[in-house]
Amino acid sequence: MEENKPYTISIYTENNIGLLNRISAIFQRRHINIESINSSVSEIENISKWTIVVELTEERMKKIIGQIEKQVEVIKAYYHREDEIIYQESCLFKIKSELLFEERQIQNIIKESNSNIVTVNKEFFVLEKSGRTEEIELLHRELEVFGIMQLTRSGRISVSKEEMKISKMLEAFSN
Amino acid sequence: MKEIVTLEKQTDTIVKEKMSGSEAVIKCLLAEGVKTLYGYPGGAIMPVYDQLHQYQDQIHHVLARHEQGAIHAAQGYARISGKVGVVVATSGPGATNLVTGIADAQIDSTPLVCITGQVNSKLLGSDAFQETDIVGISTPVTKWNHQITKASDIPEVLAKAFYIAKSGRPGPVLIDITKDVQFEEFDFSYQKCIQIRSYKPVPVADEEKIQEAAALINSAKKPLIVWGQGVILSEAEAIFKAMVEKSGIPAAWTILGASALPTSHPLNVGMVGMHGNYGPNVLTNECDVLIAIGMRFDDRVTGNLNFYAKQAKVIHFEIDAAEVDKNVKANIPIIGDAKVSLTQLLPYLKEKKHTDWHQRFKDLYTIEYEKVIKNDLHPTKEGLTMGEVIKEINLQSKGNAAIVSDVGQHQMIACRYSDFNITKSNITSGGLGTMGFALPAAIGAKMAAPERDVVAVIGDGGYQMTIQELGTVFQQRIPLKIVVLNNEFLGMVRQWQQLFFDKRYASTEMTNPDFVAIAKGYYIDAKKVTKRSELNSAVKEMMETDGPYFLEVCVEKEGNVFPMVPAGASVSDIRLE
Repeated sequence: MEENKPYTISIYTENNIGLLNRISAIFQRRHINIESINSSVSEIENISKWTIVVELTEERMKKIIGQIEKQVEVIKAYYHREDEIIYQESCLFKIKSELLFEERQIQNIIKESNSNIVTVNKEFFVLEKSGRTEEIELLHRELEVFGIMQLTRSGRISVSKEEMKISKMLEAFSN
Repeated sequence: MKEIVTLEKQTDTIVKEKMSGSEAVIKCLLAEGVKTLYGYPGGAIMPVYDQLHQYQDQIHHVLARHEQGAIHAAQGYARISGKVGVVVATSGPGATNLVTGIADAQIDSTPLVCITGQVNSKLLGSDAFQETDIVGISTPVTKWNHQITKASDIPEVLAKAFYIAKSGRPGPVLIDITKDVQFEEFDFSYQKCIQIRSYKPVPVADEEKIQEAAALINSAKKPLIVWGQGVILSEAEAIFKAMVEKSGIPAAWTILGASALPTSHPLNVGMVGMHGNYGPNVLTNECDVLIAIGMRFDDRVTGNLNFYAKQAKVIHFEIDAAEVDKNVKANIPIIGDAKVSLTQLLPYLKEKKHTDWHQRFKDLYTIEYEKVIKNDLHPTKEGLTMGEVIKEINLQSKGNAAIVSDVGQHQMIACRYSDFNITKSNITSGGLGTMGFALPAAIGAKMAAPERDVVAVIGDGGYQMTIQELGTVFQQRIPLKIVVLNNEFLGMVRQWQQLFFDKRYASTEMTNPDFVAIAKGYYIDAKKVTKRSELNSAVKEMMETDGPYFLEVCVEKEGNVFPMVPAGASVSDIRLE
């Protein structure tokens, strides 16, 4: 049996209501958990770009890409191995302000982790960290011992090292 | 939805006219050539029905007795004609009652446009009376769906709906229209959709792959063709026949592929799959090249994939790229329209006979005939068999009838034994296995092809799932022939209980009503046959009757369908008894 591996999927689509339902149904129907999902604008006007992370065998991954591309409003879908993309995730930590002054260690953690303080007030401060999954996980573990009031982590966003020729495909349609 | 205009290419402009959204819906249908549609009215779709009334001289609305009946009728209409079937329903339960038919059309690639009414756009999400999220519900079972909340979107969205439903691998599309939009006035103009930038319905096959495929076919010693509905959907029957005849390759069919090549054609070696013929199933695991055309290697066709045609090189002609390598790996995938690809392929093929290889099919047919077919078609025991009823229909129709079957034992028998001279003649629920499909589907089929004999062959179980559509047959005076093969059991489930559950017949025995009285209640001529001696004359009388006719045939209660590939077994381990 082929092993499950993390794959990042890039999907270029029209920006239409209901497409999230249609894409997520492809995974749900096959009992596949979505590790993270992000939908945003792309480099092309009016075209959305989705970034989805799943853990699958490559064989299943290929079949899922086929099912995604088959959807009428999907322009193109790609899947990438971890070494084929540049990716970032983002995380916000809300922490009691007193800790910032009482626990010296926290200041060191902030410096070493390359995270940014977004805001500070009397009650709490907000720390922002962007990076790879393991960097954010490390920071999370380090801060957890002091107590975190709130935590939110974003889905992965990524760009591929190889070109994804969406603009050319769309130009071919216009001509 | 202003973007739609820029995302699609459209043609055939009609001059602008001020009208309501509901009138625009009818104008769109007329522009798409729709003459018949099926449906059921209700609150949220009433403005559209009001316009159907206004336009009744141009468009014929058929009132079903249940929305499921309406959609299966639209499916039957689409399957026999190749046109887009259209169905209309109201919001809430009207819409949810369509879902089974939508799922059926999706898995069997049937082009449908379903139009549902929806509550006023201001009430969306308020749990208003008869509000349901039909766009959400139907998403996994539609090729495309869309909700309209602005009248000016109606022409573009409906043009897109028809284009998507029919192009490429066909499928069902659902358009949900809020009630306020049906009243809203706007400047109407219509352009047919001819292209959508994110959608490439017909990929063009690679010429190199075609040549590679031809070389492999030409060098094959024991090639086998398995064709499916793709041949019918791309209207490739003529080129397919030419390809089969030139290459001399034995050709077997999936259930939905049946009738694309006449049953009597010498190179037609029968049906593959769970209850298919012995020869093509066994020899699937002996052929050296398997040429799959417009089929998707459904599990009912392949049995256990670990033991399916492992020795063979596979050439897969398929329009839907997602089907290639899904279940069976293709050595040479040819992704494109079957008609186009086969036309490209034909000149490269060498003329061959494969006489010895054909003899293998004939030998295995002889074995199947002795063990199974003889008893099915020429029984010597007292009880009537389903097979001999089909044989009588063949005799009376001379193989020119369209057979609309339901789901279960009678379906397998109808598919195995019906003679088909004409394409698009085997109308049945293949992928989804929807009991209750046949009676309404036959209504649609007969209306789309009034010149043809249409015979619905149904089991006593499935018949009672949509029996209310007798009301539609009666009201529309549809000269349909209905044959119920009554074994007082849910026969296929009972067969499995007998073979795999030690004869524990859990909830499969049926105490049935007087079917003849029910038919007569709808003023439909009806007869019941219990003896072999009455069968011939009864079928003859049915086929010669001008109007609708109902024939109940009481068949043996515990008859089984063989051959059979048991679940999890290899196709070559097919059982004859």
